[in-house]
Amino acid sequence: MAPLIELETISKAFAGIHALSGVNFTLNPGEVHALVGENGAGKSTLMRVLGGEIQPDEGTITIAGERTSLSGPTDALRRGISIIHQEMALARDLSVAENIFLGALPARIGWRQLNSRARTLIDRLGFRISPRALVGDLSVAHQQVVEIAKALSRDVKVIVFDEPTAVLSTGDASRLLQIIRDLRASGVGIVYISHRLQEIYEIADRISVMKDGRNAGTVDPGSTKMDGLIRMMVGRPISQLFGEKQAATIGETILKVENLRLPNGVRNVSFEIRRGEIVGLGGLVGSGRTEVARAIFGADPISSGQMQLNGRPYMPRSPRRAVRRSVGLVPEDRKGQGVILDLPIRMNATMANMAPVTTAGFFRHRREHKIVKGLIDTLRIKLGSMNDPVSSLSGGNQQKVVLAKWFHADSDLIILDEPTRGVDVGAKTEIYSLIHRLAAEGKAVIVISSEHAELFGLCDRVLVMGEGELRGTLLPEDYQEEKLLTLSMMGSATGNAGPRPTEQSHGA
Amino acid sequence: MTETSANMAEGTQKQRVQFAKLFRTFGTVVIFVLLVIMASSQSDAFLSERNITNVLRQMSGIGVMSVGMLFVILTAGIDLSVGSIAAVGSVASAILLKDYPLPVALPMVIGIGAVCGGVSGALVAFFRLPSFVITLAMMTAARGIALIMSNGQPIMVGNAGQALQNFGTSYTFGLPNPALVMIVIFLLALVALNLTRFGRLVKAIGSNEEAVRLSGISVPFHILSVYVISGALAALAGILITARSGVGSPSVGVGNELSVIAAVVIGGASLMGGVGGVINTFLGVMILGIIGNIMNLAGVPGYHQQVYLGVIIVIAVLIQNASQILRRH
Repeated sequence: MAPLIELETISKAFAGIHALSGVNFTLNPGEVHALVGENGAGKSTLMRVLGGEIQPDEGTITIAGERTSLSGPTDALRRGISIIHQEMALARDLSVAENIFLGALPARIGWRQLNSRARTLIDRLGFRISPRALVGDLSVAHQQVVEIAKALSRDVKVIVFDEPTAVLSTGDASRLLQIIRDLRASGVGIVYISHRLQEIYEIADRISVMKDGRNAGTVDPGSTKMDGLIRMMVGRPISQLFGEKQAATIGETILKVENLRLPNGVRNVSFEIRRGEIVGLGGLVGSGRTEVARAIFGADPISSGQMQLNGRPYMPRSPRRAVRRSVGLVPEDRKGQGVILDLPIRMNATMANMAPVTTAGFFRHRREHKIVKGLIDTLRIKLGSMNDPVSSLSGGNQQKVVLAKWFHADSDLIILDEPTRGVDVGAKTEIYSLIHRLAAEGKAVIVISSEHAELFGLCDRVLVMGEGELRGTLLPEDYQEEKLLTLSMMGSATGNAGPRPTEQSHGA
Repeated sequence: MTETSANMAEGTQKQRVQFAKLFRTFGTVVIFVLLVIMASSQSDAFLSERNITNVLRQMSGIGVMSVGMLFVILTAGIDLSVGSIAAVGSVASAILLKDYPLPVALPMVIGIGAVCGGVSGALVAFFRLPSFVITLAMMTAARGIALIMSNGQPIMVGNAGQALQNFGTSYTFGLPNPALVMIVIFLLALVALNLTRFGRLVKAIGSNEEAVRLSGISVPFHILSVYVISGALAALAGILITARSGVGSPSVGVGNELSVIAAVVIGGASLMGGVGGVINTFLGVMILGIIGNIMNLAGVPGYHQQVYLGVIIVIAVLIQNASQILRRH
C-alpha cells in the first residue's frame, strides 16, 4: 500500500539557521510512527511543515501518492491531517459539541443533532463527557479527548500527537494509548512525539530519531533497545566554546533548599549551592526546572519546604524581596520577561537597582550614564547608543543587557534560565565567560539549559530533574548526555511517579 | 558574508524602529501646526490674544484631567471616572468653602478625588480587575455622590468662595489663572515622567509589566499610584471649573472622560501602554480645543462639529501608526 505521507528532503531555515535539513519521513496507514529527539532537534518544525503551518524551503510533500504542497493549516485539515498540539487549540468558553464541530458549524444549529453527533464521537473514544459541558471546565485529559473527537469528526487520515501525555496522569495516559491503538486499528496513520521512551516502546511501530534538524535514523523498536535510542539522540561533538574556566574558590553556602514543594506539582527538591559554584539544572522541558528557579526568585508561590540564604531563613513572597536579598533571575523568555524592548538600553540596565543612580527619586543622568558605560564595557555589549531601545539589539546583546541588570545589582545568587537560547555562537562564548567571571567573583550561579553540552561545559555539577522531581546529581566524571537523559527520563518507566504537575495546578 | 547580512538586517530593523517613533512623536506636532495654519487662514480672530486665552481657559479642566489619564494609559489602563470625580470636586469645593478657609478646603477636595482614584486603583492593582469596568463603576458611583452631596442642585459658592471665584476669573502674566494651573500641572508631569524613578517605572510597566516585576519592583504600588494621581487631578479640574463659574454643579464633566481620552490618544499615547508623552498630550488637548474653536468661529453647527471631531481623531491615529500600516501593505 502507498504511504499516507511522504516527506522527502525537507529543509527549512529561520533567519539563516537550519531548523531542518534534508529530512525524510514516511507514514503508512494503520501505523504509529514515533518521533523522538532532544528539544530543538526539529521535531515540532517538521510537524508544522506537515500541518501546513510553515512552508519548507526545499523538499517535496507527497500525500496518498500525490505530490502536492500545503498552502496552510486549513489545506492540511482538508486533506485529513490533524495536529493535536500540546497547548490545545480549544475555545474554552464554548461547549464540547461546539468545539468538536467548530469550523463546520451549520448556519442554523440544530442543537439536539449536534449534541448527539458529539456524543457518538466521544463514546467511540470510550469516554463519558457531556457534549453540553464547557471545555474550560474539563480536565486536561478530557480536553485532549475533545481534541481527538474534533479530529475524528473531520474524516481524519493522519493525527499528529505532540507530547500528548506530558500533561496527563498515568491512568489517563494509558487510556490515551488505548485510544491510539484503536485509531491505528481503524487505519489512521499516527505520528507520536514524546519524551517518554517507555510509552514509545509500548506503542510505536517505527521510531525516527531527530537530531540537529536531521533524521538521525529510523529504527524498529523490536531491534533497537532504549539505550541505543538514547545514544542516537546524543553524541554531538562538544566544541570548545565554553570559555576559560577561571579559578573560583568555593566559599560558604549561599543557598540551601530543603524539600521544596510547589503548587504546580514540583516536589522533593533539596540542594545547596556555595559561593564560586556554577550549578546546572538539567532535565527535559517541563521537568520543573523553570518552576524551581521562579520559586527561588519569589516569582511563584511555594507550598512547603525551607530555604536559607546566606545562613538566614529565606522565603521570598515576591521578586522584590528576592532582589533585596541579593538574588537575580535571567528569565527563560527574554523578550517577554527579561527586557523591556521599547525602553532604552540605559534604563533596562539599571532597572533592578536604582538606588545608586537616583537621589530622592530623581535620576542622576550623568552618574547613570557612567555606570551604564561601565556595564557596556564589562559585558562587551555591541550597541549604537545606550539610549537606543533594547529592540535595536541582536538576541545575544539583549541577553547581555539582562545580565547587566544583575551585574549592576551585584547579586550574590544569579539564576540563568536558558541563557543562550537564540543567541549566536560568538555571543554564546562571551556569555559563558561572563558566567565564569561571576563565579570567580564569589557569586553563586545556577544555570538551566536544555543544551546538555552547555551544562557539562559550564557547570561544576548538574542537578537533574524529571517530572517535577529532583532525580539526582551528575558530577563531572559522569558528564554524558546518556546518563543525564536516563536519569531524567527513566523515572517515568516506573509508572508510579504519582500526580504530575498540571494535574495539581488544576485545583490551585 | 553572513555577518554583513546580519548587520544589514539589524540596521533596517533599527531604522524601522526610529521611523515608527518619528511618526508617533511628530504626528501630533504636524497635526497641531496644520490646524493652526488652517485656523488662522480661516479666521483673523483665531490668532488674537483674546481667542487664544479663551481656548486655554476652556481646556484647562480637560487639560488637568488628561495629565492623570496619560499616567493611567501609560500603564495600559484607562480611567473612565475622571468626569464624575470632577463633579464631586466641583460640588465638594462649593460646600466645603462654606465651612473652611480656602487653604484647608481645597486640599480636602483634592484628597477626596485621590481617595476615589485610590479605590479604583486598589481594585485594579491588587485584585487585577479590568480598569475599564472598575472605573466605569466609579464613574457611576462618583456621579451619584456628587448628586447626593448637592441634592441635585447647583451650589453657588457665594461670599465664602469669593476668593476662589476671583482667582478663577482673573489673569496672571497675561494668562487666565485656570490655564496657568493647567500649565503648571503639565510642567510637573513633564518632570515626573522624564526625570524620576516613578515616571520611568510607570512607562516600563506599560511596556512590559512582567519584566518590571522580575526586576524586583512592586508593580501594584505604581499602578495604584497612577489612579490616585488621576483622581486627585480630576478633583482639581472640578475646582477649576467651580472657580471659573462660581457654581459647584453635579453635572460638571459629563462625558469629559471621552474628550480626555481623545486628547491623550491624539497626543500619540498607545492604549496598549508604555507609549505617550507629556508635551504631546498637551498638544492633543490644544488640538481638541482648536477644533472646537475654529468650528465655532466658522459657524459650524454643534452637531456637525462632533462628526468632524470623530474624523480628526481617526486621522491623528492613522498618522501616528502610518509606518506600521505602510509596512503591512
